[in-house]
Amino acid sequence: MNLAWVLTLGALLFSIGIYGVLARRNAVLVLMSIELMLNAVNINLVAFGSFFQDQLAVGQIFALFVIAVAAAEVGIGLAIVLMIYRNRETVNLDEVDLLKW
Amino acid sequence: MSGHEVIFAIIVAIAGVAGALVVSSRNVVHAALYLVATLGAVAALFLLLGAEFLGWTQVLIYVGAIVVLLLFGIMLTKAPIGSATLDNQSRGIALLVAAGTFGVLTWLIWDAFGGDTIPLKQAVGTEEIGRSMFDRFVLPFEAISVLLLAALVGAIVLARKN
Repeated sequence: MNLAWVLTLGALLFSIGIYGVLARRNAVLVLMSIELMLNAVNINLVAFGSFFQDQLAVGQIFALFVIAVAAAEVGIGLAIVLMIYRNRETVNLDEVDLLKW
Repeated sequence: MSGHEVIFAIIVAIAGVAGALVVSSRNVVHAALYLVATLGAVAALFLLLGAEFLGWTQVLIYVGAIVVLLLFGIMLTKAPIGSATLDNQSRGIALLVAAGTFGVLTWLIWDAFGGDTIPLKQAVGTEEIGRSMFDRFVLPFEAISVLLLAALVGAIVLARKN
């Protein structure tokens, strides 16, 4: 199987994630787009891991670490979104402008 | 085309279409369900590449836990369904940036790795992952566990009512 095609799928998912982060207003949808981008990175790690055939399976170990960090990120992110909703009655990111002047 | 390539083409089709629907769907719950399809396709790709443990971890953590957490987030924040209120004004620029990123990345990938093929030998089993993880990578593993604990405590502190 050609390595470049797998990496291209990773690039495609990453670009879709970038579009979602930039174009969506709803904070939960932005978090979903971030998950897509993290998955694209995992595809790259696993593809290179099985391309180099290393004894320690470093690509897969790193992908597991990325999954763990993604789980922590989505937990904290949703807690923040929930608190913003409780205080401001909205999760639209362009209406949350406390730090903007 | 070999069997692997046929399966890979199916995975690309599912992941691409479902991924595009995640960022363009008008319904927030549908977007979450399309995210399940995308993540499932990526899990199938991991299995195809011989990453057995990682493929099932992907199903367990992403489809089982993270998507459910996102659905709870949708439910608790009363996300609006329908209409164009889910997107902001800068969709054109966003599309431009995403297309530019995809173009540059694809050009670089094919320039650097155009002719390389992945040797699909045997799958990496759970035993090898475990040996590698607890032999060479035990310190990062412990660091990740502290990070997860800190995130858990932080999420509880942020989300509770006082």
